[in-house]
Amino acid sequence: MARAVSTRTKLSFTILGWLVGFLIFFPILWTVLTSFKTEGTAIATPPQFLFFAWTAENYIEVNARSDYFKHFANSVIISVGSTLLGLLIAIPAAWAMAFSPTKRTKDVLLWMLSTKMLPAVGVLVPIYLIFRDSGLLDTRLGLTVVLTMTNLPIIVWMLYTYFREIPGDILEAARMDGASLAKEIVYVLTPMAIPGIASTLLLNIILAWNEAFWTLNLTAAKAAPLTAFIASYSSPEGLFWAKLSAASTLAIAPILILGWFSQRQLVRGLTFGAVK
Amino acid sequence: MATLQTRASARLMMTPAVVLLLLWMAVPLGMTLYFSMLRYNLLMPGMEEWAGLLNYRFFLTDPAFFTALANTLLLVGGVLLISVGGGIMMALLLDQPFFGQGLVRLMVIAPFFVMPTVSALVWKNMLMHPVNGLFAWIARTFGLQPVDWFAEAPLLSIVLIVSWQWLPFATLILLTALQSLDSEQKEAAEMDGAGAVSRFIHIVLPHMARAITVVVLIETIFLLSVFAEILVTTNGGPGIQTTTITYLVYVQALLQFDVGGASAGGIVAVVLANIVAIFLIRLIGKNLD
Repeated sequence: MARAVSTRTKLSFTILGWLVGFLIFFPILWTVLTSFKTEGTAIATPPQFLFFAWTAENYIEVNARSDYFKHFANSVIISVGSTLLGLLIAIPAAWAMAFSPTKRTKDVLLWMLSTKMLPAVGVLVPIYLIFRDSGLLDTRLGLTVVLTMTNLPIIVWMLYTYFREIPGDILEAARMDGASLAKEIVYVLTPMAIPGIASTLLLNIILAWNEAFWTLNLTAAKAAPLTAFIASYSSPEGLFWAKLSAASTLAIAPILILGWFSQRQLVRGLTFGAVK
Repeated sequence: MATLQTRASARLMMTPAVVLLLLWMAVPLGMTLYFSMLRYNLLMPGMEEWAGLLNYRFFLTDPAFFTALANTLLLVGGVLLISVGGGIMMALLLDQPFFGQGLVRLMVIAPFFVMPTVSALVWKNMLMHPVNGLFAWIARTFGLQPVDWFAEAPLLSIVLIVSWQWLPFATLILLTALQSLDSEQKEAAEMDGAGAVSRFIHIVLPHMARAITVVVLIETIFLLSVFAEILVTTNGGPGIQTTTITYLVYVQALLQFDVGGASAGGIVAVVLANIVAIFLIRLIGKNLD
């Protein structure tokens, strides 16, 4: 039974809601608008909100610097690579813990989560030295490995909470009906597991794409993903607002869209189902 | 239904994840612990010598440590206050029926997906810039003196930027919790004559308590290691006004090459985070049963 709400109340909440939403979204909107201005208009006072000569030259220029694409590619390779590698290691583990749990399973899960609580700065020095000595510094491989390890506990946990909801009865029923193990996995388990795996994949790509501590400390020119590349705009000589905005827009757009699609899984994934 | 054979294969399937995580945790952490007791500077190779707890003494008695600790607590506390307080209000607002609710919801959670270096640069240059920034223009429009954010209130500026990124997270989690509240319960209270405020205090808030705890603990874990925002906006300055424990360790390790001192600081950061983590693990562990 829905409560009857007067149109006036609804209207005032509409105004308030849009106002607050607009205020919070504004920095992103402002970045996108600035990316279509010339450098002169970008710093103009009073600021130009909508009525300026729109131009795409910043995007053309950002793309003309082929390094931008190199950094974009680094971001894609590192975030997708570390997520896939993580899934490869985590799927069997989460599977085993969800379907043949032992008394120690819970302890193992909690221990895995505790490694995520380890502040990165606590292991920065050794990782840096190991990377320096083994030539992994400023390589995509090195960063991929680090991000795989930092996200592995989250991947295991998310998969575990999804897998646990697959009823074991269905598997047993399939087995009773004479399904072979291979058939059981292909026709019964996989279709039920795919949504969970897909959500885990999405959330971890988002987390890895935006990760900044390791990317800033372990990469330089060659393997730097977008997080580190954008940071290079912080030097005074790199201060071109319109170009910074264009580069930023290109860097956040894919993840923003991915994030919007996976907001529900995000709640589940980040709180491990503790909030429903 | 687990047979001996499946149990053995289950153990086999878990091995890679367990072994890798064990290595990832134990090896670097062990090295950090070992380095923390050495006099070890990368600029003086071959001069390493045993220092015992000297690094800890230097790190913990360094005046910079107390500033960094205070800054860390202020940053974490300030962001928590803003994001949880604001998050509760945002969740209550978004829970009301209004036109375009779905779109507003997308707008509100968007900042969470913006990479930290982008949000730091956008806020620092385009919004908080004392001359060309939008805030300065707004101030001048009202005849006020523009604020030079990063010179006058550097830590507050960082708190604001980080809050903007984490408010969406709190809102999203709290809204999800709010929407799972049985509306009949609210209606019953309303019929019994409970006002909006007492309904909020006695029904809504207790219902959200668990979600609030989760938000506080998870945000604390992430906020203790805020790094990119500081590096990009202030470099820990002016002076050490925005240096946190994480940033202090970074400076000692990669700018001063003091491996020993940085390692001691790293261990201190680990201890701090563990105090928070114990609570989080307990909470989530309870949820497992």
